[in-house]
Amino acid sequence: MRAYRTFKTAMRALRRNVMRAALTTLGIVIGVAAVIAMMEIGNGSSKAIQHTIATMGAYNLMVFPGNSLLAGISTGTGGSMRLTPGDAEAILADCPSVAAAAPVVFARAQAVYNNLNWQPGTLYGTTPAFLDVRDWSDMALGDAFSESDVRNASKVCVIGKTIVEKLFLDEPPIGKELRLMNVNFKVIGVLKAKGANMMGSDQDDIILAPWTTIKYRLSATGNSTASSAAATTTSVLPSQVYPPAPASLYSVPTSTQQADTPQPVRFANVNQIVVAARSGGEIQSAIEEITALLRERHHIRADMPEDFTIRDMTEMARTMSSTTELMTTLLLIVAAISLVVGGVGIMNIMLVSVTERTREIGLRMAVGAQSNDILHQFLTEAIVLCLIGGAVGIAVGRTTSILVRLIKHWPTAVSLGAIIVAVAVSALVGVLFGFYPAWKASRLDPIDALRYE
Amino acid sequence: MALLELREVCKTYHLGEMDLQVLKGVTLSVAKGELVALMGASGSGKSTLMNILGCLDHPSSGEYWLDGQEISGASANERARLRNRLIGFVFQSFNLLARTSALDNVSMPLTYGYEYVHEEEMKARATAMLDKVGLADRMDHQPSQLSGGQQQRVAIARSLINRPRLLLADEPTGNLDSRTSQEILQMLRALNEEEGLTIILVTHDPQVARHAKRVIHIRDGLIEGDGEAKREEKST
Repeated sequence: MRAYRTFKTAMRALRRNVMRAALTTLGIVIGVAAVIAMMEIGNGSSKAIQHTIATMGAYNLMVFPGNSLLAGISTGTGGSMRLTPGDAEAILADCPSVAAAAPVVFARAQAVYNNLNWQPGTLYGTTPAFLDVRDWSDMALGDAFSESDVRNASKVCVIGKTIVEKLFLDEPPIGKELRLMNVNFKVIGVLKAKGANMMGSDQDDIILAPWTTIKYRLSATGNSTASSAAATTTSVLPSQVYPPAPASLYSVPTSTQQADTPQPVRFANVNQIVVAARSGGEIQSAIEEITALLRERHHIRADMPEDFTIRDMTEMARTMSSTTELMTTLLLIVAAISLVVGGVGIMNIMLVSVTERTREIGLRMAVGAQSNDILHQFLTEAIVLCLIGGAVGIAVGRTTSILVRLIKHWPTAVSLGAIIVAVAVSALVGVLFGFYPAWKASRLDPIDALRYE
Repeated sequence: MALLELREVCKTYHLGEMDLQVLKGVTLSVAKGELVALMGASGSGKSTLMNILGCLDHPSSGEYWLDGQEISGASANERARLRNRLIGFVFQSFNLLARTSALDNVSMPLTYGYEYVHEEEMKARATAMLDKVGLADRMDHQPSQLSGGQQQRVAIARSLINRPRLLLADEPTGNLDSRTSQEILQMLRALNEEEGLTIILVTHDPQVARHAKRVIHIRDGLIEGDGEAKREEKST
């Protein structure tokens, strides 16, 4: 009850001088508004930067088949063909940290259109999820191929900007057919230009097609691995006219050798599975989940090494986390400075107000106010001012960030954390900077205060 | 029984290394229902005595009995409570809260009271008090909209709201013209005579003091004279 009365008294005192109260809160209003606006604009920028880095593939993980040992010879990473499209589906379905996963079949073939030819830097057979993994879903022209194209092994492809320049010159490529090893592929989409990657290779020099098409229609040309000859179950097209079949680096195993070391026969193998983690922080958990899942799917005993390798983009992830950290710290410093400035403003005006109201304090003490009553009253005034300032500040800050978004088209993101922090801090500022003036008021001697001119 | 009683009250101020003895042993007794004028030139110790009587200050030595309690050793908070409960103040400069209605000014002491007074009761009591001082039609006026005499009447209403035993009026007419002064003094006298309120009137003006039945003169920290107001002064 006493607290309620103190609150009422404080509110009445504030209402007596609305102008002064408004000016006092102005500091906090500006402080909190600055915090909210900075946080929201900064959050937006931070998200935009993260998104930019993410499109570079910072969240990506690559699962390669592991080493295989044939007659004492290690084949190195990618030597065995143990990853299946099913693995990619299982990774997406069972690993909560994974946002997208796509199987990739490598191939190498010359692309021909009319009288022009070009050897694409990258020729991948994959699923539409590949574009999600690489953050490449926005097409410059046309559409990506679909899941049903993958199921049907449709002869369609999506090409990068470099391919368009090299093969189609000025012609619109959509609907045209290019040839890869005597197979006609209809161009249904053109990818947005991505430029070179961090290592300097051209990411637009790419042709993407359904992996089934690459695998079954383009022959097993791409599977230049030691076991390909023995393990692939895919049919080989008779017309291998264009680039010659790669020279076998390893001796072809004899039938006895094959009988001794039976290769697991699979319906389909893929060269790689690309995976996108949900966020930078979940890369590590994604790696763990995928490892556990694939060990189970591949029936690997606990004491045996994995038959696959997972790689992440450590360097890029590090860049990303340091950028995010930098932004957060910067925003925090700016926020802290603006709130301290606001707090000092409140303290100044409260101090002036105590001096100005000395006689009032003396009177209140004369009619029976104890020093605690005075302390609480002034403290309540300061806190109420700060909270009102905080509320108005949130409104002003939100408006500012919305205006920035509308006028400058900068990305902004609502930051609930910033709002909570701003309110908490403004109350805290009220207590901290309101305490000294309130304490000073409560220490006044009623006799001196009454006589104060 | 005396409402208040001072026994050998001394007050010494420490100003740096010098000790300044302002009250040098004041013994005084005021009965319930008295109207006393406290007179003295400036520097006589009159204000100090008033501060002690009003529980704003405590004596350096001696005893102060107020309403049957010895309170010379009371702490600041205890004195605040005593002031709230037992004493009403009227000041020379009115000391009303600016930009606050007469009603809120009058009910203000209730917010520091012991027991919680309900909002409606607060309003009712303040209204009754303002009615008593003849300002029933000025409830919502702010001090700046009232004349000096009206402001002082609001102050009197405020001092009475807690039903005090003792009303301390410090030069209540110092800022008023003579006609309004008479009105205020008449009002104080009426309160004394009709309701038996004990009033101590601090003044240096004999014209004011003659309204009292008893005049106490103080000089150099000692009581110099204490007696009936003089007839001849009253007649002038």
